Amino acid sequence: MKAIQQVLGGNLRQYGMFVALILLILFFQVVSHGVMLTPANAQNIINGYSYVLILAIGMLFVIITGQIDLAPGSVAAVVGICVALSILNWHFPWWAGVLFGLLVGIAIGCWQGSWLAFVGVPGFITTLAGQILFRGLYLHIGKAASIPVPEQIRYIGNGFLPEWGPRTGFNNSTLLLGLVAIAAVVTLELRRRGRTVRSGGTPAPVWALVARLVVMAVALGYLTYLFGSGRYGTSFPVTGCILVVLVLVYNFIARRTTIGRGVYAVGGNRAAAALTGVNTKKVYFLAMANMSFLAAVASIMFIGRSTSTGPGDGIGWELDAIAAVFIGGAAVSGGVGTVFGSLIGGLFMAVLNSGMYLVGVGSDWSQIIRGLVLLVAVAFDLYNKTQGRPSITAAILRGLRIKGRGETKEAELPRAEVTQS
Amino acid sequence: MNDDVPVILEMKSITKEFPGVRALDDVTMTVRRGEIHAICGENGAGKSTLMKVLSGVHPHGSYEGTIVYDGQEVSFANIRASEKAGIAIIHQELALIPELSVTENLFIGGNEVASRGVIDWIAARQRAIELLEHVGLDVDPDTAIKNLGVGQQQLIEIAKALAKDVQLLILDEPTSALNEEDAAHLLGILRQLRSRGLTSIMISHKLNEIAAIADSITIIRDGKTVETLSVAEGSVTEDRMIRGMVGRTLESRFPHHTPNIGETFFEVRDWVVEHPQSPGRLVAKNSSFYVRRGEIVGFAGLMGAGRTELARSIFGRSYGVWRGGQIFIDGEEVSIPSVPSAIAHGISYVPEDRKTLGLNLLDTIKATIVSAGIGRISKRGVIDEQAEIAASEQYRKAMRIKAGSIDVGVSTLSGGNQQKVVLSKWMFTEPRLAILDEPTRGIDVGAKYEIYGLINELADQGKGVVMISSELPELLGVCDRIYTVFEGQITGEAETKDWTPETLMRQMTDTATTDTNPTTNVTR
Repeated sequence: MKAIQQVLGGNLRQYGMFVALILLILFFQVVSHGVMLTPANAQNIINGYSYVLILAIGMLFVIITGQIDLAPGSVAAVVGICVALSILNWHFPWWAGVLFGLLVGIAIGCWQGSWLAFVGVPGFITTLAGQILFRGLYLHIGKAASIPVPEQIRYIGNGFLPEWGPRTGFNNSTLLLGLVAIAAVVTLELRRRGRTVRSGGTPAPVWALVARLVVMAVALGYLTYLFGSGRYGTSFPVTGCILVVLVLVYNFIARRTTIGRGVYAVGGNRAAAALTGVNTKKVYFLAMANMSFLAAVASIMFIGRSTSTGPGDGIGWELDAIAAVFIGGAAVSGGVGTVFGSLIGGLFMAVLNSGMYLVGVGSDWSQIIRGLVLLVAVAFDLYNKTQGRPSITAAILRGLRIKGRGETKEAELPRAEVTQS
Repeated sequence: MNDDVPVILEMKSITKEFPGVRALDDVTMTVRRGEIHAICGENGAGKSTLMKVLSGVHPHGSYEGTIVYDGQEVSFANIRASEKAGIAIIHQELALIPELSVTENLFIGGNEVASRGVIDWIAARQRAIELLEHVGLDVDPDTAIKNLGVGQQQLIEIAKALAKDVQLLILDEPTSALNEEDAAHLLGILRQLRSRGLTSIMISHKLNEIAAIADSITIIRDGKTVETLSVAEGSVTEDRMIRGMVGRTLESRFPHHTPNIGETFFEVRDWVVEHPQSPGRLVAKNSSFYVRRGEIVGFAGLMGAGRTELARSIFGRSYGVWRGGQIFIDGEEVSIPSVPSAIAHGISYVPEDRKTLGLNLLDTIKATIVSAGIGRISKRGVIDEQAEIAASEQYRKAMRIKAGSIDVGVSTLSGGNQQKVVLSKWMFTEPRLAILDEPTRGIDVGAKYEIYGLINELADQGKGVVMISSELPELLGVCDRIYTVFEGQITGEAETKDWTPETLMRQMTDTATTDTNPTTNVTR
């Protein structure tokens, strides 16, 4: 177990869901007779679900602060109609329409954030009101009409990277991205190791580093192959590129910035955070504003993919995002959750959805199964927490460990319950 | 207590293990009918675990050993089973519903006033009046719990237990949240109930109370029974108990310290603060005080006297509404309207309640230590992880925090180590003035000694220290100068050598009559 941790790094709790995701993919790969892992299907999943994953990133920060946002679906609908109409009626160029949409999203976010942060209306109420209010605003502006969006916006939601250069049998853009990603991972790992050594820490053993790099390179190489080997003209989708950038940026914000620490601090213990000098109002405000901003991004991708706005835009989106975040290990009470966890939670639901579609499960059963999966995933997580175990997989692997070797640190420390006599 | 009084409870060779730790190791305890039996021991000694075993919170089968209650061997599967047998436990955190009335809280479980799940509220109210009389509480049974003081609520908890026809009452730190007067009243009620034949087990850290009230004392250390002392009232001294608890006589409870006091650098004048919820009620009335470099200044007062409120108000107005007053640092008036501004001015505040105000229990040691001074290890909002590790490692070593690594969660630490983490967090901001609110509450005797040493070190670095405490011996043992606070007012000030526990108590209660009531006179 320790060896695996040294190779993969990070904390054990995330692996449970990650392993479950891999198993789910393999399961559908077998059941669908190999359709799951074809380039076309992989591209479809990314194009079809990126918007949910982006919403999940925004929702994660809201949930870490201990709040919830029920409005992003309605916000997305308003943003979508604003983008489409500004281009159609006001003759905005496409990029100005996109910018306008993002600004509308931010403005709505500031509205909701203000009610929560400065008036003190709980997030649940603020955003429930927002859900109703902005759905109404959407109907008022758009009259439930279907308004087509221009080619460039369709490209954002459904496009592929260009083909260029020599015919390699692969999409060269994807190939380049893959190579850059592998190079970046190797460089970052080596630099981190260098820093650890310089600041007097003990780095992981060399074999672990090499194994880690090999595992990551192989994984990235496979993804490059999967997305790059499709029909001519297809590649790793544009939506996927936007998603990757946002995941990296927000992961950095969550882990390495003071505002990220503030978000966790407010969710973990608001009173203590305030006495530590965290500006709790600012944290709430930013989390809410950011959620609506990302709802705007998701909306633009979505109307691009569906080539027009429509009356069903945004309905139920918030629930998919919330499900992804909780499956990804966030706590309802706040203070806990990671960007990668939410990404994995969202991908899990996306693969489940898409896999059931592939094997011909009807939408009735598909919904029933998704509901149960959400329930069971969170129940398992809670069970593991009360048992003081990091995750199911960790528990299984712990049982396999040779006795008397490598006790974990957690076991050496008395649990909280015991120390508070 | 006489040997021929029948035994009501016998716990034999109780052993309870948690993953990686043996919380109870062959503990044996005998309680006789109609006595008040105290359990004392350091934090983490296993007192609460023992009571959880008894009340079925840790069910039969999860521990080894036998419990004989009322002549029969019992095996409680849960807390309901033990309640049915007449055992009631009152926890430190009260389990009353604040919005409901006294009657409703007493009979929420139904009991004798209910038939087939329907409660007869008229009978309940009658019964409630009787029960309130038993616990010496003169309140209307229709009053909502939230309108009662903590002491009154504690008595309601006892009444609730009596309503369930309790035979054996367990009280976990019943007076820890009470002021001296309420505590004395509670102890009086326990005596009365004893005379009616009720048996009580009481866990307490307040050794003077135990000495005053208990018939027998079982001392637990490191999960083992050390001894059971039988007392005729008052004959077991506190030093005797401490010797049993720590396994040695504490020659001195306080480390020796020679102060090196400089000039005044921090001064508060005519500070006025209004209560945040009830306008017009002042929690600080024209309070003025000063702190010199290298000086440890004590604030003595009963709980609710306004010490915490004053401190938090000065710490960036984080409590109440500021209604006037000035702060001078190095002779210049400064405005400190927020917590970040207080930190920037070199003020730090270690709150009295570690778990609700001092810590994010989800955090690691590392993230906690740097949290208040996060600006020191970040540039334009981006944290330097290496600097974070280096800083927290440095404090872990300097403060002797006992933990496997800085990546361990703070929730797994003992009270004393958690307090060291909170102190580290504030030392990392490099304050000039450290306000410590009850810095040794709920931590054991050994860790207290270490904390006193750290406080002395702070003073030796030329910082000013303000120490708020309810424990008079602690103030007299550590501080250089002490202010007394009563109802939001500073009522006295003198060098420590000029105070005695009696004079302090007189100023803290602002009356000269306290001496006549022996239970409120804290002499140790």
